[in-house]
Amino acid sequence: MASLSQAIPTIGREPPVLAGDPFSEAVLTSPFEFQHALREAGPVAYLSSYNVYAMGRYNEVRAALVNWQGFESGNGVGLFNPRNETPYRRPPSAILELDPPTHDAPRHALEQALGPRMLTGFRDGWARTAEIMVDQLLKREVIDAVSDLAEAFPLKVFPEAMGIPEEGRENLLVYSDHNFNSFGPNNALVEKGRKAFTDLVGWMGKQGSRESLRPDGLGARIWAKTDEGDLTAAQAGGVIRSLLIAGLDTTVHALGAIIDAFLSSPEQWQLLRAEPTRARVAFDEAIRWASPVQTFFRTATRDVVVADTKIPEGEKILMFLGAANRDPRRWDNPDHFDLNRDPSGHVGFGMGIHHCVGQHVARLEAEVVLHELARRVARIEPAGEPKPHLNNTLRGWKTLPVRLIAG
Amino acid sequence: MIGGRSALRVEEKELVAEGICKLRLVEPRGMRLPDWAPGAHIDLNLSNGLTRQYSLCGNRWDAMSYEIAVLLEQNSRGGSEFIHRQLQVGDLVQMGGPRNNFRLVPADHYLFVAGGIGITPLLPMIEQAAMMEVPWTLLYGGRRLSSMAFIDRLRPHGDRAVIASRETQGRLDLAAAVSNLPRGAKVYCCGPTSMVDALEQICSVLPPGSLRRERFSAKIHPGPVRSTAYEVELARSGKVLTVKPGESVLDAVLKAGAPLLASCREGLCGTCETAVLCGVPDHRDSILSDAERERNASFYPCVSRSASDRLVIDL
Repeated sequence: MASLSQAIPTIGREPPVLAGDPFSEAVLTSPFEFQHALREAGPVAYLSSYNVYAMGRYNEVRAALVNWQGFESGNGVGLFNPRNETPYRRPPSAILELDPPTHDAPRHALEQALGPRMLTGFRDGWARTAEIMVDQLLKREVIDAVSDLAEAFPLKVFPEAMGIPEEGRENLLVYSDHNFNSFGPNNALVEKGRKAFTDLVGWMGKQGSRESLRPDGLGARIWAKTDEGDLTAAQAGGVIRSLLIAGLDTTVHALGAIIDAFLSSPEQWQLLRAEPTRARVAFDEAIRWASPVQTFFRTATRDVVVADTKIPEGEKILMFLGAANRDPRRWDNPDHFDLNRDPSGHVGFGMGIHHCVGQHVARLEAEVVLHELARRVARIEPAGEPKPHLNNTLRGWKTLPVRLIAG
Repeated sequence: MIGGRSALRVEEKELVAEGICKLRLVEPRGMRLPDWAPGAHIDLNLSNGLTRQYSLCGNRWDAMSYEIAVLLEQNSRGGSEFIHRQLQVGDLVQMGGPRNNFRLVPADHYLFVAGGIGITPLLPMIEQAAMMEVPWTLLYGGRRLSSMAFIDRLRPHGDRAVIASRETQGRLDLAAAVSNLPRGAKVYCCGPTSMVDALEQICSVLPPGSLRRERFSAKIHPGPVRSTAYEVELARSGKVLTVKPGESVLDAVLKAGAPLLASCREGLCGTCETAVLCGVPDHRDSILSDAERERNASFYPCVSRSASDRLVIDL
């Protein structure tokens, strides 16, 4: 069909209509069949369940993510479309839902504060934390790789690195989970989290103030940008809260995905053990393979034609990062977690001006954990039925029982 | 794009004022160009072997082309002369960047001060300030109106853009403009050394970070802090190099075989920025602000040296 559509000039044709609810429990639990149908439907499809456009093929998703001029974030990166719906409870993110020019200053400040060079001071301390944690885990027969490792490690190091007070750090997981749910439709997941979220709004509003932050943390580093006016005080508080919301759950699900990936391909664990320097590749390959952030919306700033299909100005488009990361047009044997692959170019962190600004933090966290595990764990074995954690945006595990075999 | 280098094709070339030509550059296969923000510049590696920096002065909402404007300099070392006399529509040039040492930061008011061709980085800033509805004023001085580019692009802004030629109106009154600024204002200046130096003096009473400037030519520094050799330790390999008085850190590093990308070799473009882990650099670049200098977090080894016996750098 591809050759046919090239032969006949059909600029601005209507997209194929795809039924099915990508936010249903069934698809969130196992999205691969839906993602396959989306990719096969065409470069662009129309989702009748929500009256939005969707993209699932790598080339188109990547090109649209990079094209901030044609596909804006400022109209919200969730399903809700402020252009034709009544106002909504969630205030826009201080960076994720901005476009140039207002996006420039906060983005640059975060790039500087969270660049790889700026994080070298954390490495030794985090490695020590990982060592102690793995010590404890190896004493136990069965652990839950989610609560005992994937949650425990970032919860220990990330809020500490940011420099926020100890009290209430666990609130971040609850708040953030609902925040990511709220990018989707008003379904049962949103209903379920609303109460706990509402109770935490006041607490979250107090986070990120300069007085509340330790002077040697990342938060203080962001505040230092206000001293010469590179950032306003409102922007500093806003981006720190954005980091707290976006930086924890995502890393939790990424670490969970790594363990899951090695469970699915035990031979890859032996590869990592033989060459621990592959830890960085392992992390990015796990992000590609699992795509902890599955989807984000964009809005067409004008009538845009993507691969002959017209997307009218003001329409929302659902970008399936997870589908793009397993598009066989881009990746050989895409369902296979493979440390011999070069995963660079995956869109699990997005791409372009909104490319995950905290990825170096997440990568360093994953790297120290993987180094420690690879040094001391001979095998990771399943030890029970895992349970998925459902979220409208994130994909991860609620529990992942495993046995760590020392050696 | 490999290693930050790629080719651009000259799509349009047009004389926009006396001695100033504007180039529109595109990716040869019609692909998107890398994103940029106002204040950014690109390096052009001209086929006569020179590398020169030019501010982007076009529209970032057009991802398919860059615009630069080039003044034919009287004492051209060959860069501007090559572009004016030899470079033609259809030719390919190698590009580095874009890089930005002159970012537009938030403000309640902007004062833009341009001297001659210094208008180029300020144009996109002005358009963006207008878009964000932040009040601004521009003082744009030049020798005579016919040699001042982009006046037509500024006219629609009316009185906000003060365009003054020295021939008829004399010099710009920078002191008056600065003294009238409201709180929370930022001053952006690009122009000849005399103008930037004068404005630095005038703005010294403003809060730190109020003045942001970009120079055409490297700042004149007094002699190096030390006249004796010093050691530079490359932290990643543990190598220790001895840098002699006449030698640059960049050359010593490259001679030792460590990878370090450089471009202008004048402390202007920022390409070779390197983190300083220990020791005190003798900053001799034209990029860092005073506060950044004091922080000693990074330096530019093409021109900057060491003030301490040993400098440990992240290479």
